[in-house]
Amino acid sequence: MGGQHSSEPEPYVTLRVRALESLLVEKGLLSSDVVDKLVSVYENDVGPMNGARVVAHAWVDPAYKQRLLADGTAAIAELGFGGRGGGDKMIVVENTRTVHNLVVCTLCSCYPWPVLGLPPNWYKMPAYRSRAVLEPRQVLTEFGLELPDTVEIRVWDSSAEVRYMVLPERPAGAEHLGEAELAGLVTRDAMIGVARVTGPAPSR
Amino acid sequence: MNGVHDLGGMQGFGPVDREANEPVFHADWEKSVLAMNVAALTQRLYNVDEFRHGIERMAPAHYLGSGYYEHWFASIERLLTEKGIVNRADLDARIAALRARPAEPSPRRDDPALTARMLQAVRAGSAAKSEATPAPRFRAGDRVRTRNTHPPGHTRLPRYARGHHGTIERFHGVFTLPDAHAHGHGRQPQPLYAVRFEGRELWGESAEPGHSVYLDLWESYLEPA
Repeated sequence: MGGQHSSEPEPYVTLRVRALESLLVEKGLLSSDVVDKLVSVYENDVGPMNGARVVAHAWVDPAYKQRLLADGTAAIAELGFGGRGGGDKMIVVENTRTVHNLVVCTLCSCYPWPVLGLPPNWYKMPAYRSRAVLEPRQVLTEFGLELPDTVEIRVWDSSAEVRYMVLPERPAGAEHLGEAELAGLVTRDAMIGVARVTGPAPSR
Repeated sequence: MNGVHDLGGMQGFGPVDREANEPVFHADWEKSVLAMNVAALTQRLYNVDEFRHGIERMAPAHYLGSGYYEHWFASIERLLTEKGIVNRADLDARIAALRARPAEPSPRRDDPALTARMLQAVRAGSAAKSEATPAPRFRAGDRVRTRNTHPPGHTRLPRYARGHHGTIERFHGVFTLPDAHAHGHGRQPQPLYAVRFEGRELWGESAEPGHSVYLDLWESYLEPA
């Protein structure tokens, strides 16, 4: 490619993709059902609900949490998650009252696919990638998360085949909830580190 | 390379623009691009380091003016044609044919055996971790300095972290060196470390309070400090 056709309308890309796709299908390197099945995997089976199960399990089972922080890959595999996009190693970093972790990939868009699915657009765009390492507090403020200066911010710039996920703090007011309900509170953004997990809305 | 992809610490991109209830894919062509890349990587038509470097070789204005899946597609198209897996003239002819009849659907062709292989590969993941066992030179707590180097090819040492002091946080194991693997020079596995850098070390007086950055860096990026 190499041309400066950033202002080309989308059909231009669509056409090129269709052309290459059809040639690969003819060569037996791709097929219609490969496309359908892979799309279905990432639309339905692999997403932040997987990471949420890992987090909720760690909240209710201290021994599991210990294993998760010691060897993320193995502990996540215990729940059946792993595979492409997880790099070769998963590391889970824990948020506490004094440490807040944030994940980014400044060079491309590495992201822990097996536990969070495909990344949201903002994670892949220049604004987040450029700023997360330089002014993480300012970025977090834009996400609605103001942290006191006494909380250390650790930014994990994923530059190798190691993928990072944040273990958020268990929210107050959720003591009575079971594991499945807890998992329902855990958001994608909390596992990237741009949000906290908030407790259930108080019943009125 | 000191490319436009190396965004860490750049300024001027504005606020982080978020989309509420964002769908997994925004258009059907993005789905095709995802599948093409997984299929190509799995069948070893290219490796992931060549793929990332293919994105880095995009024209800077094109890179900044396009999104994730267009980056992917630019690299896929470039690598497959450069490697002769797809003939450039065939591709141009197919584009012209589709442009002439844009409404005509592509014929459907299924391949259950290929699909099964792809799903297996998605479950199995990649293989950059090596069984090779060169002894790591550094241990957790060691002070190191990143090399001040500007290679024209692929590297995973971002510009903002070059020539800076840090502390080894942990040894990850031995991993394929992207700088070699992206350029057809084999895997050349090396020890890989998580290295901690204080915000003030990287950003000087502009650093925010209480802030550190961790990078995963190969041994040849580092020297003792």
